[in-house]
Amino acid sequence: MGTSYTVTSGEGLVRTIFMLLLALVPFIANSVDEPFYIGFVARVMIFGIAAVGLNFILGFGGMASFGHAAFIGLGAYVVGLSIHHGQSNGFVHLATVVAVSGFAAFVIGAVCLRTSGLYFIMITLAFAQFLYFVGVGLKQYGGDDGLTFRGHSEFASWLDLGDAVTFYYVVWGVLAAVLFVVYRLVRSRFGMALSGIRSNERRIQALGLPTYRYRLAAFVVSGMICGISGALLANLTQLVSPAYMHWTRSGDLLVMVIMGGISSVFGPVLGATLLLLLEELLSAYSEHWQLLLGPILILVVLFAKQGLMSAFQIRGLRP
Amino acid sequence: MSSGTLVLVQTLNGLQFGMMLFLFAAGLTLVLGIMNLVNLAHGSLYMLGAFFAATIQHWTGSFLVALLLALPATFIAGVVIEFVVLRTLYVRDHLDQVLATFGLILFLNELVRVIWGATPLYMSIPSILGGSVALLPGVNYPIYRLSLILLGLVLALFLYLLVVKTKLGMLIRAGASNREMVEVLGIDIRLLFTAVFGLGAVLAALAGIMVGPILSVESGMGDGILILALVVIVIGGIGSIRGSFVAAIIVGLVDTMGRAFMPGLLVAIMPDVIAGAVGPALASMLTYVVMAVVLFFRPQGLFPARRG
Repeated sequence: MGTSYTVTSGEGLVRTIFMLLLALVPFIANSVDEPFYIGFVARVMIFGIAAVGLNFILGFGGMASFGHAAFIGLGAYVVGLSIHHGQSNGFVHLATVVAVSGFAAFVIGAVCLRTSGLYFIMITLAFAQFLYFVGVGLKQYGGDDGLTFRGHSEFASWLDLGDAVTFYYVVWGVLAAVLFVVYRLVRSRFGMALSGIRSNERRIQALGLPTYRYRLAAFVVSGMICGISGALLANLTQLVSPAYMHWTRSGDLLVMVIMGGISSVFGPVLGATLLLLLEELLSAYSEHWQLLLGPILILVVLFAKQGLMSAFQIRGLRP
Repeated sequence: MSSGTLVLVQTLNGLQFGMMLFLFAAGLTLVLGIMNLVNLAHGSLYMLGAFFAATIQHWTGSFLVALLLALPATFIAGVVIEFVVLRTLYVRDHLDQVLATFGLILFLNELVRVIWGATPLYMSIPSILGGSVALLPGVNYPIYRLSLILLGLVLALFLYLLVVKTKLGMLIRAGASNREMVEVLGIDIRLLFTAVFGLGAVLAALAGIMVGPILSVESGMGDGILILALVVIVIGGIGSIRGSFVAAIIVGLVDTMGRAFMPGLLVAIMPDVIAGAVGPALASMLTYVVMAVVLFFRPQGLFPARRG
């Protein structure tokens, strides 16, 4: 039994190439005069960040949360409401987003982690619904329809998030940073303990580690990452709406993780890319695109559970 | 209307909603208890039942004919879904089941939109059950809603007798507590499951058809009740009919009463503006608060079917 997640050369190569390609997107999009794609790929990366955050607890901690869209929504609402009320300092946004999504993840995790398996899936789903209804109930902020606002998180005078290309590179940087942090976490002592808990919680308990606290800490980190992704999403769309927290959004996140590959850190980014590309292509093809997306999801779950990343991983090297 | 009668009327509404939740959750919890299968597409069966009935009622003008034809139609649809997709999922883990049936929901919701269009259909209340009855002098309540409560109670009794008194029920209970052992004893668990799945599909369709005249029949109508039904089976304990019944009534009452009275109660303790804003939100959240509290004290639900 391997105890560590050695990152295979296959994965490292894919990650490097893919991140480089992403870095080139604004040049390519501008040179073929299709600036639309800059925003689209920025959205892909934003959901990629969230999917990486979710996979940190799913792939490495064995916790299948069906409610992570709630944290995206929280992050988005913090930014949207702050700007709506005249606070546009980016550092304040960032601190508040991390604090709010972290606190919410702490409370939700503290209750949910008392359960496991199917109960865990359902109770995370229920908590997300709970926050969804809070959003719907905020009538002074548009209720169901959400709230549009004008403005961005302002970090420095030379960093204008309203500029599509600047924003794109900020998202790229956040994605890179999140990947770095998650890689470090997964390979740290903490990450070892976490994957140990996933394979045999009782054994790790017997070794004297407080497994509940480890899992809760992972859940909080994961919630914070999704919160940051939500803050970026609000900056991109200039809209906050309960729809971000709808349970189908949480389902989409899980699908991204599964499509990309649950056993690698980078896989979920590929999954996010694939799902959003599919949505984009299919919806251009027909208004009834979900008629195709549904069966595709089923087929992926049934026959391609290893995810895209597995195609690039060298057999036998992974523990 | 005085507050006393309002409470009475809302209690009945809550009971009626609880009964429909029970019909829906009963099939879900049995399938989960016996085959260990989470079928999110259970809401799609509810939706299909309502669409079949609305269409047939539109053609024939008769609610009874619609009911009698829509139930077997949904049963067939359910069996087809089970055969094509669900059958491959039994051996998979819960996450796979959740995701695959999530895909199934997307597909079926869109399919319904393609066939019937995006505008909601409406059903009319059968003429025998039209009108309302005076509960107290001056307090009228629709007969149709009362009959839904009655229907729920009758079916709950029927299911109770089925599960507790019959051979099939014995197998269902045995299957829920230890599936492998039942298999080892020579029972064809697949056949048992098809029976249970069919029963669940018919109950879901029945709930969808019966609420057709009160709500609008539209694509995605099964999603909301699905989430609440998941709450119900989690509170009640997976696999337990009795748990579902109790939890469905709790959730039905909490949801309905919360919506009706929460904003009013809040006005009493805080300024109108804030109460108006948080009241409806808090009411929708109340159900989930109840669930969190129950799970905090009893992580296996109120009546855990699976022991040890």
